[in-house]
Amino acid sequence: MYTNEQLTLKSLQYRHNILRWIKSAGAGHTGGSLSCIDILNVLYNRILNVSPDTFTSPDRDRFVQSKGHSVEALFVVLADQGFYDEKELESLCAYQSHFVGHPTRKVPGVEQNTGALGHGLPIATGMAIGARKDNRNFRVFTLLGDGEMAEGSNWEAAMAASHYQLDNLTAIIDCNSLQISGRTSEVMNNEPLAEKFAAFGWAVSTVDGHNLTQLSAALAAPLQAGKPSMIIAKTIKGKGVSFMEDIPKWHHGVPSDEEQIMALKEIETAIAKLTEGSL
Amino acid sequence: MSAPAPSMYSPKAKQTAENLGLSMGKANLEIFAATLQDLATQDRHILAVTSDSRGSGKLAPYGQALPEQIVEVGIAEQNLVGVSAGLASVGKNVFAVSPACFLTARSFEQVKNDIAYSDNPVTLVGISAGVSYGALGSTHHSLHDIAALRAVNNITIMSPADNYEMQEAVKAAAQLASPVYIRAGKAPLFNLPGNDPFVPGRCRVVKDGQDAAFIATGETVIHALLAAEHLQQTAGISCRVISVPTIKPLDSAAILRCAQECGAILTVEEHMVNGGLGEACAAIIAQSSYKPRFKIMGIPDEYTVTGSQADIFRHYGMSMEGLAESMLRLVNN
Repeated sequence: MYTNEQLTLKSLQYRHNILRWIKSAGAGHTGGSLSCIDILNVLYNRILNVSPDTFTSPDRDRFVQSKGHSVEALFVVLADQGFYDEKELESLCAYQSHFVGHPTRKVPGVEQNTGALGHGLPIATGMAIGARKDNRNFRVFTLLGDGEMAEGSNWEAAMAASHYQLDNLTAIIDCNSLQISGRTSEVMNNEPLAEKFAAFGWAVSTVDGHNLTQLSAALAAPLQAGKPSMIIAKTIKGKGVSFMEDIPKWHHGVPSDEEQIMALKEIETAIAKLTEGSL
Repeated sequence: MSAPAPSMYSPKAKQTAENLGLSMGKANLEIFAATLQDLATQDRHILAVTSDSRGSGKLAPYGQALPEQIVEVGIAEQNLVGVSAGLASVGKNVFAVSPACFLTARSFEQVKNDIAYSDNPVTLVGISAGVSYGALGSTHHSLHDIAALRAVNNITIMSPADNYEMQEAVKAAAQLASPVYIRAGKAPLFNLPGNDPFVPGRCRVVKDGQDAAFIATGETVIHALLAAEHLQQTAGISCRVISVPTIKPLDSAAILRCAQECGAILTVEEHMVNGGLGEACAAIIAQSSYKPRFKIMGIPDEYTVTGSQADIFRHYGMSMEGLAESMLRLVNN
């Protein structure tokens, strides 16, 4: 079990890796990967009973990344979990690589092929119903984006998950308030999300999506018996690189050479500060 | 609701069926539901997933007998397919049942990504396919489903022509560890002759012949058979009749045998002529050295005429009489 400090260090290292692999591929969804990385960190290092050894077990927890475009975050975490050597990410988005710009099951550790928005919650709902049918105790998690909540299929699944009282299902919204063309509130306002999910019959908790303690507490167990759980994680797009934070152009912006040096340096400084502090 | 639908068969067609000794079977939808119930009774992992389509899928008895093996998602076809993908991914053997018109259009992206691309072995059952819903109009017709799914990698398309083919298609789909789409109509169907067993990916010879060939699928096969018999009796033309229960992958060897051995080929389908069985056969033949006379019969690219399934078949020349006339013209030209 990792300490909070160890997890904080992992988040910094993950951010460093995300930036390096996006730069090496020359493509990627930088802002969203940086906003959701703390959520993936907590899920894979504290919550999910998933590892390369357990990945074929029918009792493993399931994670479906509905916001598939933030795939660099997932690929970096899966490498850290030992599903493959991180060096394989050298082929990210390259000719004939399995490391496509959205999750595919050709990559070890990926549960479902995603990328079109509004698909993860229905699939996760089906997985959770399946667990019930077979009396299995695994939990099902899915990560959505706040811009993605405009997809109507999410609300079809939200209804069904509540109807079937799927407390083995937890959805997390990486609520970074931005989407490709601007502020989500201006493109298509979907607030108040917490009240909407509560009205659909979900148990809802709103947390700081960069606070590992809050995320761990919210994800440790279903929020309420008989209801699916919705974790609204308030995040900052581009989190951890000050010149990227909350700026729409970093949705899929790739840093220039100079920007990359600045970005990596900022994270390296944070790592140095953290490791010095622990010495 | 409305006056009884005019018979699918003219008195002359009925007489021809009688001469052939054909017996009338049930609607393929009923066979689908009964076969699935038999299989599900023996395998608790089989699930039917419905979108308020339990009644129209003839699954009410199934639901009563096996309440734990049916999942209702309400009128939400995108969720129907997404939930089915999730269920399949955790080991359930899923049959997602919804009107073909909605299943293959409203939730097309879920079929493409969550089922086919993700390789979740769900069987999609498109109920009341083609123009089964007749006068309910184009919203309820599925004249696009074959074309749409032919353009998707990793899905088998089945279109059974009679009760035997439907029963075998459902059994085969339950065994296949890959995505399947089955078209099911709701009109009672004659049982077809022929000794060829149903094998996924293979055509079946319903009637042998050498002068010309009908290559047909689904509920049009019987009309092609009656037309072939009519032509034999009235014009001395020997027509082969091929049923195509699997449209993808298509049995190109059987299609090429027709092209090689018969001088004229007429394809028939309850689907728009764009992108369906006919064009699939044309592509195979055009890339071979055979040059038979060739014609595609189906629903043309126009605002579909109002009427029952029988009216629509007759209007577009897909009755016994219409098909015989088209084939005669093709052979004599």
